[in-house]
Amino acid sequence: MRKQNTNAFTVLYYAWIILFVILPVLLLLFESFKNINGQFTLGNYRSFFESGTYLRMTFNSVFFAIVVTLITLLISYPMAFIMSRLKHAQFWLLLVILPTWVNLLLKAYAFIGLFAKQGTVNDFLTFIGIGPQQLMFTNTAFITVAAYIEIPFMIMPIFNSLVEIDQSLINAARDLGATQAQTMRKVVIPLSMNGVRAGIQAVFIPTLSLFMITRLIGGNRVITLGTAIEEHFLVTQNWGMGATIGIVLIVAMVITMYLTRDRKQGGK
Amino acid sequence: MAQPIIEFKNVAMQYGETEVLKSIDLEIEQGKFYTLLGSSGSGKTTILRLMAGFLTPTGGDILFNGERINDVPPERRRINTVFQNYALFPNMNVAENVSFGMALKGKSKTEMKAKVAEMLDLVKLSGYEDREISELSGGQQQRVAIARALANEPEVLLLDEPLSALDYKLRKTMQYELRAIQQRLGITFVFVTHDQEEALAMSDWIFVMNDGKILQNGTPVDIYDEPINHFVAEFIGESNIVPGVMRKDYLVSFAGKDFENVDGGMRPNEPVEVVLRPEDLDLVPIDEGKLVVTIDTESFRGDYYEITAHDDDNNHWQIQATNQAEIGKRYGMYFDPEDIHIMRLNESEAAFDARLEQYDEES
Repeated sequence: MRKQNTNAFTVLYYAWIILFVILPVLLLLFESFKNINGQFTLGNYRSFFESGTYLRMTFNSVFFAIVVTLITLLISYPMAFIMSRLKHAQFWLLLVILPTWVNLLLKAYAFIGLFAKQGTVNDFLTFIGIGPQQLMFTNTAFITVAAYIEIPFMIMPIFNSLVEIDQSLINAARDLGATQAQTMRKVVIPLSMNGVRAGIQAVFIPTLSLFMITRLIGGNRVITLGTAIEEHFLVTQNWGMGATIGIVLIVAMVITMYLTRDRKQGGK
Repeated sequence: MAQPIIEFKNVAMQYGETEVLKSIDLEIEQGKFYTLLGSSGSGKTTILRLMAGFLTPTGGDILFNGERINDVPPERRRINTVFQNYALFPNMNVAENVSFGMALKGKSKTEMKAKVAEMLDLVKLSGYEDREISELSGGQQQRVAIARALANEPEVLLLDEPLSALDYKLRKTMQYELRAIQQRLGITFVFVTHDQEEALAMSDWIFVMNDGKILQNGTPVDIYDEPINHFVAEFIGESNIVPGVMRKDYLVSFAGKDFENVDGGMRPNEPVEVVLRPEDLDLVPIDEGKLVVTIDTESFRGDYYEITAHDDDNNHWQIQATNQAEIGKRYGMYFDPEDIHIMRLNESEAAFDARLEQYDEES
């Protein structure tokens, strides 16, 4: 009886995987080999790799994703470290997680309110005598908002890996003659690398395909692969080309996963 | 007398309102094996952490070779610790763990390699340099932890219940090996345990702790034979404790009879507690015994029989006998005058020591 139940669940699980993971990817792959008139062709891939525009877009996506990931990491690691040492760590973690429950678009609109010509930030800049600046539709604005949105996804895995480090390991390092800085470098940071890797995966990959932010905050000046996919599917209706870019994006994600995989510690 | 290597003067430790240590005075001398013995929450681990430098005392002074070290951080103390859970770095292999301290001091590669080999040899793990920590058994991890702490050439090695996670046989082996390592290197060991057998087997000197205070300190034999009070007597080994009255010097009354003994220096007719160790009691024919007891239970323990009995005054006795006895039958119980140990109620350690010394001179 129980055995049958488990089987029923596995069937459900496989059905889910096939319907919502494997089939869509196959469809995407299939679609990427069709031109705008529905004939089979390798033309989409040729035009992707021959056209400077698409390569520039790819480069842009990767570049911005790297910048956003780095900024997020630089802010998140110290923050996660401090939080892990605080008394009510779980409470502070909740405060970090809270914004992720708010819809992405709502947060983007909130930033429009902050960065607009007559927004809060410009009001302040005027007040201290700098005068209003163009903030919206700049690369800086795009990076700031993207980093803001991704920070919780970087902090969570790092925080968890830091909390898991046994305090006695830190005591042992100090006991053996390591200063606080040496303990940090030789023990704490190496032992939290799993969290850092998970954080990079959780931030870099979604940032590659961010598109609403590029429009709302970046004003379509930053064109990433995500924006390009949206354009092809919804505006130019060239599904084949959109699917091709989608495949490129998936390959980029696989490469990222591979580079940040959990390598067996030490060993030869 | 030689300068003590570690000295606690009136050391107190409080966490908020909670007093973990109350005015501890102790002296640790060079080259001996010390044990802090107590149940959990007695403050023994706190003392170790104060020595290591993970805690700063809220009162009193800690001296190292005569210098105050209250505020010296752990990395600048010539004291190393073997942690209860070993605390080996999982991101490093055995050799990297053992050479961790030396690498920080900037020792050369060849020097480190030689020292790692020497230390692994000392703990009988030669050739384990390239093993990962996750590949080692608990006992091997224990040895690596000892090698790592000793590779730093400390003057004092602190051991925080290092054997508690090992099985019985391995624990016994490690007790011998630790003692051998300590004697070979001639450095001071401070060992923390709640296991009285372990403490008696390994130590030169034992501090018995309870509730943030040192109740008694002395050699294993002193503490076993002359426990200062009810708590120490119960904690160190099995004991029979019955109420009694000290009629006069060398005469004590308990279980309704007067017995000759070897203690003195008390008021006439002072109420006391009488301690008799189970292994000092013998079952003999009724007419040869000093007391008559009825056997209640008996259980076989391998090397002896654990027997419980009661006398006609309804005091309960534990007896360790080599021969079997019959349940419900009456026997005589015999003990020598030296086997009777007297504890005064609420006697301080200083007064206790003074009285023992005085009695020693008289006898």
